[in-house]
Amino acid sequence: MKLGFYPGCSLEGASREYNESVMAIAEEMGIELVSIPDWNCCGATAAHNMDKELSLSLPARNLALAEEAGLTELVVPCAACYSRFCATQHELKHDENLHKKINGIIEKEYKGNLRILNVIQFIEEFIIDKLEDKMKFEINKKVACYYGCLLVRPNKVLNFDRTEDPQTMDAVMKKLGADSIDWAFKTECCGAGFSVSFTETVGRLSGQIIEDAVHRGAEAMIVACPMCHSNLDMRRPEIDKYNKKKSDMPIIYITQAIGLALGIDRKKLGLQRHFVPVKLNDFKPYTKKTEVENPQKMEVE
Amino acid sequence: MSEFEPKIVAFVCNWCTYAGADLTGTSRIKYSSNVRIVRFPCTGRIDYMLLTKAFAGGADGIIVSGCHPNDCHYTSGNFYARRRWMVFRRLCDFMGIDTRRIIFSWVSAAEGAKWAQIVNSANEEFKKLGPYENYHKLSTQEIFE
Amino acid sequence: MARIGVFICHCGENISATVDCAKVAEAAAKFPGVVHSIDYKYMCSDPGQTLVGNAIKEHNLTGVVVSACSPRMHEPTFRRACAEAGLNPYQCEMANLREHCSWVHERNEKTDDKAIDLVRMLVEKVKRNNALQPIKVPVTKTALVIGGGVAGIQAALDIANAGHKVIMVEREPSIGGHMSQLSETFPTLDCSQCILTPRMVEVAQNPNIKLYTYAEIESVEGFVGNFIVKIRKKAKSIDESKCNGCGLCTTKCPNKKNPNEFELGMAKRPAIYVPFPQAVPNIPVIDKTQCTYYKTGKCKICEKVCQANAIQFDQQDEIIEVPVGAIAICTGFDIKKTDFFPEYGYGKHKDIIDGLQFERLASASGPTAGEIRRPSDGQVPKKIVFVACAGSRDPAKGIEYCSKICCMYTAKHAILYKHKVHDGTAYIFYMDIRAAGKNYDEFTRRAIEEDDAKYIRGRVSKIYERDGKLIVVGADTLMGAQTVEIEADMVVLATAGVANQGAEKLAQILHVSYDQHKFFSEAHPKLKPVETNTAGIYLAGACQSPKDIPESVAAASGVAGKISCLFSNSELTREPLIAVVDRLAPPQYSSCTGCFMCQSVCPYNAIEREEIKDRNGNLVKQLAFINPGLCQGCGTCVAVCKSKSIDIEGYTNSQMYSEVDALLNF
Repeated sequence: MKLGFYPGCSLEGASREYNESVMAIAEEMGIELVSIPDWNCCGATAAHNMDKELSLSLPARNLALAEEAGLTELVVPCAACYSRFCATQHELKHDENLHKKINGIIEKEYKGNLRILNVIQFIEEFIIDKLEDKMKFEINKKVACYYGCLLVRPNKVLNFDRTEDPQTMDAVMKKLGADSIDWAFKTECCGAGFSVSFTETVGRLSGQIIEDAVHRGAEAMIVACPMCHSNLDMRRPEIDKYNKKKSDMPIIYITQAIGLALGIDRKKLGLQRHFVPVKLNDFKPYTKKTEVENPQKMEVE
Repeated sequence: MSEFEPKIVAFVCNWCTYAGADLTGTSRIKYSSNVRIVRFPCTGRIDYMLLTKAFAGGADGIIVSGCHPNDCHYTSGNFYARRRWMVFRRLCDFMGIDTRRIIFSWVSAAEGAKWAQIVNSANEEFKKLGPYENYHKLSTQEIFE
Repeated sequence: MARIGVFICHCGENISATVDCAKVAEAAAKFPGVVHSIDYKYMCSDPGQTLVGNAIKEHNLTGVVVSACSPRMHEPTFRRACAEAGLNPYQCEMANLREHCSWVHERNEKTDDKAIDLVRMLVEKVKRNNALQPIKVPVTKTALVIGGGVAGIQAALDIANAGHKVIMVEREPSIGGHMSQLSETFPTLDCSQCILTPRMVEVAQNPNIKLYTYAEIESVEGFVGNFIVKIRKKAKSIDESKCNGCGLCTTKCPNKKNPNEFELGMAKRPAIYVPFPQAVPNIPVIDKTQCTYYKTGKCKICEKVCQANAIQFDQQDEIIEVPVGAIAICTGFDIKKTDFFPEYGYGKHKDIIDGLQFERLASASGPTAGEIRRPSDGQVPKKIVFVACAGSRDPAKGIEYCSKICCMYTAKHAILYKHKVHDGTAYIFYMDIRAAGKNYDEFTRRAIEEDDAKYIRGRVSKIYERDGKLIVVGADTLMGAQTVEIEADMVVLATAGVANQGAEKLAQILHVSYDQHKFFSEAHPKLKPVETNTAGIYLAGACQSPKDIPESVAAASGVAGKISCLFSNSELTREPLIAVVDRLAPPQYSSCTGCFMCQSVCPYNAIEREEIKDRNGNLVKQLAFINPGLCQGCGTCVAVCKSKSIDIEGYTNSQMYSEVDALLNF
């Protein structure tokens, strides 16, 4: 199976391990991810603060390129890229004149038929059903799923999961055998783009997130956004300073968690690249539930 | 030769536009005198055949006016009038009746000034269009003569 | 042969200053059918009216056109004058020479021409006017009151005290509605049950009121003065005539762990129960979904202990058909439950409650006997947060309208809390304090100044639980929108008031309109606030929009006044300007083809199907039939009728075409 893929800058740079883990599980599941040829920056957080047309043209060009390459689905693991792509698709769909104008700017015919998938949608659609056959371990840990802001908002544009109390990642983690906790900071701000400019603010905002998860007994935090990951992982000194206590709870990508359950080599998943070491181990070996054990469930399915 | 003066017929509802035109009077706002108002209970009552009748009889322009949407005395008569007008207009276009000669508007009982303004601007518009001779020529009278 | 009289009024100088009245009268005299045409200074004056009357008699007139002011002004006057002179009042028309001519044009020939045209139009119209008789409809002097809350109670008592019969239908086992659940009432803090329960007893004892509880409206047919209502009396499994209300069955019932609806789930009740101690009637019902006997076929303990032999397990729903003349809808409202709010935890925290639940906690007869104790562990909350506008005025996630009562009851809650927990602190997050009403603002000031409620102007973005505390995160917009975090023991959401469950279905049964929020719509927002668009059906209380007790009671008395007016005559008289379907001799019967397009456009559901049958009872034809009791005379059906079978009196096709014809073809 062939799916379109847009890595964006993060996955090629600071969040290489995200890319590695996405690729690793895709390979394991027999899915080929094809990068958009000659892709460019999505505009991220900067463009839409400066120039609306620029902020729409950048993603539109990528989308048009993907269409030209004959792709119908596009997997966008970075939550910021995903948000920009969806926003562009939404705006151009609802404003014909703007659509024409942007097509003129990018000198390409963007039609708007592409299905844009975030990493969780990708997992839900192409991975989750095959997990049972391939899982080697259960992630028998208490985890806190952290969604951040861009993955689920604005609901009107993304139409994905519940804005205030999202559940999709929790469902995936439960499938992996994890105990995903109910906690209060699932969608709070991590500090986002202040990662470099105001590290103290990141320390405070991410600090509250880490503190609540640790307080409720989480052994790991599961994320699906490179920016969240870098704030929560890389800014741990600032976080610990704000919380006035040290925490060693690792932050792992949901794709890494799946990789661990599939028994993929930790290096292949990029786990060694984290600032906060991922010490999680002692996973329970997974045995597939046979039909005889659970006949009723099979019937329902 | 004196300036062309169009014959204008106004079909209005009793509760809003007729009362609005009354208010124009009470407020002594002047408007051109070549309009004749025909009173109906509701714009919903207005049979659009009456419009063709008016053209056939020599009218150069027609105003249809009732209560604003959601203000209808009978709740929804004006919505049906509007809906039928949409269909009737398409039919007119198809048949070649000049729909610029039919002005559809909402005038409430409080809009005396708006009524005067609608009549005056309609008058100007119809003046520009000139006498509706094409239609008048169709007069069925000739057939009988 | 038509004999028309034309009467041109000068209206002092109002008309004659601009229009040459004598010239108009002269021109009118030449119109075909006009036998008499004069002008006069004041037609509406006594001598003017006499002039008209005398002319009718002298010239044997068959129609009159008074050319004067707007018919909206003096049409009734001149129609009366005509009637007095023996002419059918509907043979009189008015040409509007003042508002539509003399007042809006200059004095010149064109204005005179217009005046002459206007008179000619009306002369041609009046020639085709039919002599009409006012419509008389008999009235059944019994009112149906749907809903037994405070509005229904007030309406029923007022109507009954005016000497008319009332049938009250309540869905629940007891009347009382939401008001019976309240602890104290604003702005006086008098006890809700103390003022309501005597009124409930009055309803039960009033000989003019027949009360059906645990009953719902099944269908309504007919029209003003003549409704036929079917009421479904749900099986209580109790013979009401035998039950003496001793309550032994409810105490002996072994199945006691069912959520108590009256206490909003904060207490338990047996499967056979009376909703609350002061219930009217004080007769229990068996909850068939919970009762052990209905579920397993075994138990019947209540039957064994009942000394009156009142338990009837095989009782069936009963359909009662009653004729009524008027209907009062008093079905009240409901509130959004806490599970509506994702940011406040989807109702998963037990100590986040809604306003009605707080009422029960504060009520002396409530589950905690009036002590404020939180539902999770029974502790007395030392820090309590009230969130006003939970769901209200929130177009993005909730409801755009203001629920109106929350500002006041939240202030009341804060006061009651302080009175019961002296060392506690109450915080109130609010958007605006809307305390418009007699002694209302004083009341909220009292909450702030005397009872030390901490008002914080801002919204609450989230509430989460941590170590047994509820962390309320909000903004204080008066302090530069800074974040406020309060570690509360309990949170009360003043959730949005919404239409009652089943309101939409009831509206459809009654054929009354409702808005996008499923609240019933009044006929006119200002001038007909208690009427619906359907004649004879009225609205009171919070079924129309969120209302507090005084407003609901006032509206209910208004409805009672309207219904008493309706019942003050044995017959209703209505203007006969209504639509009619033509009738022809058999075998055609009518030109109506039975397409029923008219039925779909009628705003009043006045169009019915009439079946023409031959002597053997075989169906020959289906025709539209317009119920004269319901038709309001808008004429929309006339315009949509494809076969031109419907006409509307006063504005018939022949009248209107002649008017247009007269205007242009002369």
